[in-house]
Amino acid sequence: MAHVSRGFRGKRAKEREGDRLPPGQYLVEGFPVLSAGPTPHTPLEEWSFSIVGLVAEPKMWSWEAFGALPQEEVRTDIHCVTKWSKLDTTWEGVSIDTLLEGVEHHATHVLAFSDGDYTTNLPLEDLVDGKAWVATAYDGRPLEPEHGGPARLLVPHLYFWKSAKWVRGLQLRDHDEPGFWESYGYHMYGDPWREQRYAGD
Amino acid sequence: MARAAVRGRLNWMLGEVVELLDETPRVRSVVLDIPHWPGHRAGQHVDVRLTAEDGYQAQRSYSIASAPEDRRLVLTVERLPDGEVSSYLVGELRPGDSLELRGPIGGYFVWEARMGGPLLLVAGGSGIVPLMAMLRHREASRAAVGARLVYSSRSWEEIIYREELERLASGPDGPQVTHTLTRSQPPGWTGYARRVDGAMLAEVAWPPSHAPTAFICGPTPFVETVASALVLLGYPATSVKTERFGPTGG
Repeated sequence: MAHVSRGFRGKRAKEREGDRLPPGQYLVEGFPVLSAGPTPHTPLEEWSFSIVGLVAEPKMWSWEAFGALPQEEVRTDIHCVTKWSKLDTTWEGVSIDTLLEGVEHHATHVLAFSDGDYTTNLPLEDLVDGKAWVATAYDGRPLEPEHGGPARLLVPHLYFWKSAKWVRGLQLRDHDEPGFWESYGYHMYGDPWREQRYAGD
Repeated sequence: MARAAVRGRLNWMLGEVVELLDETPRVRSVVLDIPHWPGHRAGQHVDVRLTAEDGYQAQRSYSIASAPEDRRLVLTVERLPDGEVSSYLVGELRPGDSLELRGPIGGYFVWEARMGGPLLLVAGGSGIVPLMAMLRHREASRAAVGARLVYSSRSWEEIIYREELERLASGPDGPQVTHTLTRSQPPGWTGYARRVDGAMLAEVAWPPSHAPTAFICGPTPFVETVASALVLLGYPATSVKTERFGPTGG
């Protein structure tokens, strides 16, 4: 039986948006920024994206080679664990399916790693079959550094901290291990529809 | 990397509002008595959940302002324009009401006396709240750790915790407190009157040779500016911890 807050009525954004807001979320129009440290500024000529770990042969793309891969447009809602959600965001990027084409592996999990020592863990099955991208553009423009540019992971069906900013690669693994926020008590999986914000949720 | 994980489930609990303190015209502190509060570290936050009579709920996160040593938990809340939860907490909540929350949350943007220092705290507006918890913890634990606070407010009237900061700064081994007032200044003001920038930090922040740990909290553009300026001054990126918020509903 939930506690009732005397005199609280609320703005009822959820009712206005039908069933697009996961539990405990509210809508924003802007694009809030959250990160743990200074924004890295890696020059594009030094940037690369790698697939390493339990793979027969690691792969690496320069910025130029990455840009030559097939690009997809994605229109999706995003949900941050700090409670904001943003509807109909538009992105461009490379599907993880494209990046894993021809990669021989027997991995079950992934640790995405980023500039600034940020990491986040995901089951591999949450990154494939058209569910995840490495995004390099937002709203028709190159991704701004504070939003994770030049490239960030985009896994919109999980809380947005899983969409690692400044991503530089994926380490394929045969087990799950906590990344940065996960080691500070955030949920290992992070499904917004099951409100998996913190460990134990 | 420290693995100070919170592993048990964070259950919702009820706190009783025992006092409400007007800090500025738009900012109020909510003093709570929570029977089974598990304790927290300075810099952590809680999730607050409000429930309407028909079951509609809204949640937001708020930084903890009180020190771990304090008997009561204090949240300091800024009323945001059209803020669904903040306008309730600042405008409607009364002593004797119950407030539902869970926490503490977050383990990175925290400071404990045993982590040492020196400390550089840089706050923009209500970004002072988690940094105040650190200063209160430093005072309560009598930590022999140097601390400097650079605090940007729009005006003298909008400085949160102004008198307590004056008191702390005037004490023996108190923190060095530098205010900057960006929009209006009282007559005779001789302090800074501009946004925090690299030149200001070069004058009042610890030089990097002291190996300080920096905590920055404020709106995103503020945090971006300060964090970049500190890195340019020679602070290693790993020594600069940031917490950001935006006026996005709250």
